[in-house]
Amino acid sequence: MDPVVAKTLGMALVVGLGVIGPGVGLGLIFSKALEAIGRNPEASGKIQTTMFVGVAFTEALAIFALVIGFIIKFT
Amino acid sequence: MEGSGLHISLAAEKLGTLWGLPITNTILTAWVVSILLIIASYLIGKNPQLIPTKVQVAFEWLFETVFNFVEESLGTHSMAKRFFPLIATIFLFVLTANLFDFLPIVGSIGLWHGSELTPLFRPVNSDLNMTLALAIIAYLTIEITGIATLGFLKYGSKFVILDQGIIGFLVGLLELVSNTSRLISFSFRLFGNIFAGEVLLAVLLLFVPYVVPVPILAFETFVAFIQAAIFALLTLIFVQLAIAPPHKAEAEGH
Repeated sequence: MDPVVAKTLGMALVVGLGVIGPGVGLGLIFSKALEAIGRNPEASGKIQTTMFVGVAFTEALAIFALVIGFIIKFT
Repeated sequence: MEGSGLHISLAAEKLGTLWGLPITNTILTAWVVSILLIIASYLIGKNPQLIPTKVQVAFEWLFETVFNFVEESLGTHSMAKRFFPLIATIFLFVLTANLFDFLPIVGSIGLWHGSELTPLFRPVNSDLNMTLALAIIAYLTIEITGIATLGFLKYGSKFVILDQGIIGFLVGLLELVSNTSRLISFSFRLFGNIFAGEVLLAVLLLFVPYVVPVPILAFETFVAFIQAAIFALLTLIFVQLAIAPPHKAEAEGH
């Protein structure tokens, strides 16, 4: 297999498979946060802050996958 | 993407050397951002009046809100006073550096070598070295704070748990690994977000330069705010975790 083809394929696979997990995770975070806000609208400030922290962590995993993809493709 | 005219380089391009150290375009941009921040802070803090002007009220309100939040997280006023400068500086530097990327001079003005352009300015946090530097600062702050507050043995006993059997020992080991992996996660989170945004915009501008990049730019501005806030917030939270005394007996839910 041509190295360029392998690189492109590798990058596509890395990113495609790598964001499945964080995607599901983010959906869970938001659904639970919405549920919590619905139950207790007064605490929505705290819930929102914690939600964003959770989003940052999960998104970081997706970003790791993306960065590996870039490294595969461009070096 | 070799022949499509799109030049994306993972590493920052070197512009020259200063006393033997390479000067990249990201360092140049970082200097410009720092100078901007220093000038702004000097101008804002120059003449505080006892009866404040509207601008001063706005900044004082901002300052107090963030300070109260830090105090709420860390517990005491003295701890808040000690850490507020670092948290606020991290936030302001990352925010300004991220927002600076949207200026037209970034990425377009540069030096020509044949047919290739070496940009003079490049988004500060799209260089892994810069984000790694910030991550190292945050990591060292967290660890040294923990050791200074609790004492080396007590802080160490959070990671080397000898009195709760094999599970306790493994949990402690996991904690140690998780703490160290913060170096990677801090740097890669910021680097990945900014670099990916830059690549996305470059690709978009190559294929559809009109109208379509605008919502992406709006999203990137949002990401700039969020990533700055997240970096500072996470540093604060990890400091708060580091100064917490070790648990006894009950397994702690995380």
